[in-house]
Amino acid sequence: MKVAVLSDIHSNLEALHACLAHARSKGAEQYVFLGDLLGYGADPKACLEIIAPMVSAGALAVMGNHDEAVLGGFCENLAFAARDAIYWTREQLGQPERDFLKTLPMVSRKDNAFYVHASAVAPERWTYIDNVVTAAKCMKASGSQLTFVGHVHHQTLYYTAGGGAAQVFIPVAGVEIPVTQHRQWLAIVGSVGQQRDGSPPAAYLLHDQHRESLTYFRVPYDYLSAAGKIRAAGLPERFALRLEKGS
Amino acid sequence: MELTNLQPGIEVDSFHVGEKIHEGGMAVLYRVERQGGEFPMLMKVPRMEFGSHPSCYVGFEVEQMILGKLTGMHVPRWVASGTFEDTPYLVMEYVEGRSLHEYADHAPLPADQAAHLVAALATAVHDLHRQEVIHLDIKPANVLYRAGGEVVLVDFGLARHFHWPDLVEEAFHKPVGSSAYISPEQIIGNRDNPRSDLFAIGVILYQLCTGRLPFGEPTSLSGFRLRLFLDPLPPRHWVPDLPAWMQEIILHCLEVDAENRYATAAQLAFDLAHPDQVPLTERATRLKRSGLSSIIRRWWQSLRTEQRKHEVPTTHLAQAPQILVALDPGVGQEALLRAILAAVRRAAAADDNCRIMCVTVLEPDISTDQETGHELVNSLYTQRLVELHHWAAELQLPQYRLRFHVLEGANAATVLLDYARQNHVDQIIMGARGRSGLRRILGSVSARVVAEARCTVTVVHAPSA
Repeated sequence: MKVAVLSDIHSNLEALHACLAHARSKGAEQYVFLGDLLGYGADPKACLEIIAPMVSAGALAVMGNHDEAVLGGFCENLAFAARDAIYWTREQLGQPERDFLKTLPMVSRKDNAFYVHASAVAPERWTYIDNVVTAAKCMKASGSQLTFVGHVHHQTLYYTAGGGAAQVFIPVAGVEIPVTQHRQWLAIVGSVGQQRDGSPPAAYLLHDQHRESLTYFRVPYDYLSAAGKIRAAGLPERFALRLEKGS
Repeated sequence: MELTNLQPGIEVDSFHVGEKIHEGGMAVLYRVERQGGEFPMLMKVPRMEFGSHPSCYVGFEVEQMILGKLTGMHVPRWVASGTFEDTPYLVMEYVEGRSLHEYADHAPLPADQAAHLVAALATAVHDLHRQEVIHLDIKPANVLYRAGGEVVLVDFGLARHFHWPDLVEEAFHKPVGSSAYISPEQIIGNRDNPRSDLFAIGVILYQLCTGRLPFGEPTSLSGFRLRLFLDPLPPRHWVPDLPAWMQEIILHCLEVDAENRYATAAQLAFDLAHPDQVPLTERATRLKRSGLSSIIRRWWQSLRTEQRKHEVPTTHLAQAPQILVALDPGVGQEALLRAILAAVRRAAAADDNCRIMCVTVLEPDISTDQETGHELVNSLYTQRLVELHHWAAELQLPQYRLRFHVLEGANAATVLLDYARQNHVDQIIMGARGRSGLRRILGSVSARVVAEARCTVTVVHAPSA
């Protein structure tokens, strides 16, 4: 079975469409959404109209910090511009969408895989895994052979080495990486809807359970339209620019 | 189940275990069979018991990852692997053939035989590099010969795939490899240079030609480090009548600084297959090591060498392409020859390490008169060669980047295609010629080369008046 793992969609409908179509063409049969379905982008409702039925049909989804923020509170942990997007998003959603968001669990497990938005260590604290120390702690806490996380928008692969330390590897897009059984692997799958590495294409990961491999993908999509919608909605200009520049 | 001590006749998964064919410190090998198996197979079981060297674990894991991905005739065909926890094993094709180790036992070998054996090895290594993998443990025992003479490389436990995490590097943090063959850069912990494999090939050539190892088999780190600054005694010190071209090739491979070695295994394979084309430098006739001053300079550098990051093998290979230029010099097609020259100049400027092979094809059967015919062909051959050199002089490239060949054959396209395949040519540049009636009937050479070549072909047109 091939599992497409998509994270940080951030209300970017064009990028979501492109990644789902790409994953289907690669033979994905199961889908996992690692949170931050909303925030930043201009299509929150349209994105949920795609994702919620997929979850009803068996796809997995977990809560992200932006999704939690949409449900209420003052969003103290978000930057001002991001808060503006959250307030705007709240106005776009109806009760069914809010009900769907409330059902999202913090973590999810299936077989040898563990899914969480930020870190398996206290998921509600939304820690960023951006070095080998936090990565090692996360793998220890998850206890699974494979841990999939989002939150950090850069595609990265961590793995355990001797003595419990973690090593880091920057994957090459489109290259299948075998993940051997007696190590733990932590995959940061990248962001579907908002890039921060200077390159606009959307990112997601395909996990081939049968071949025991991970393939990171970058998928070109119509980011000009997505950016145009952000401007038309009156959302902060920097979120539109970010899609155009990829950073 | 104790996999390292299986009795013949037992079944492991779907494999019927046969005799134990090798028992080493790192792994045990068995012949195995399976229902419907199309080729002979062997099972490799790593030693995982208490007290085993940790490299057994990592080596097994790395080989499992890399061998499963490699394709082509220069690696054993991969069949299956067991789970790491319960039944750690790999099943792959059993290559029935001699290993280079057996040949090395009879060293010193004649230079021609050594060149023939090692050219096949370099071809296999080039194929590996094309698949983004560096072997990093090339030694005679890991080189097997198929019945047709092609080399199969085995034991990928220390190999590096450039698109995957390097599990070996993180596991050891110290040089790993076979002490006689390991390259200087591997000794300082650098596992990302395809030219490390060329150094190992140089050690093998030295061994085959002289019967000695250029750096011995040191056991201590300081012994390993000697080769960072102390170059080996030239092979001619041991075998005074070793051909100069062979010493040139060996010492070219054994350059301490990887940048000074052959750019690619394909270039090395070419020189081994065409000894008369090897440009001889001071290396060729050297009888002593470098002077004390350069040894001291290298020693000083070895203390402060920084690790340099290298590009992935295919990127590296792309910068050192083999370019075949096919032309018909001196036939009054000056405009076309100038256009080809311009095209080659552009290619040579783009890639610093490219090799330009200037080739022309001579049609046989010039004359039916045996005696004079032979002489005529010989003088024509020389004439064409002179013309090729004359044409290429305008490129103003150093000699080591150029090779010249006058090929013979009735069908120019077939001759060029064969030559391109045998010499790992990455691009063919040739002229589009003629609208003559004869060509219309026979079909043009360039059209057939374009259709059938397995590399890029550039067909150059003379600017129309």
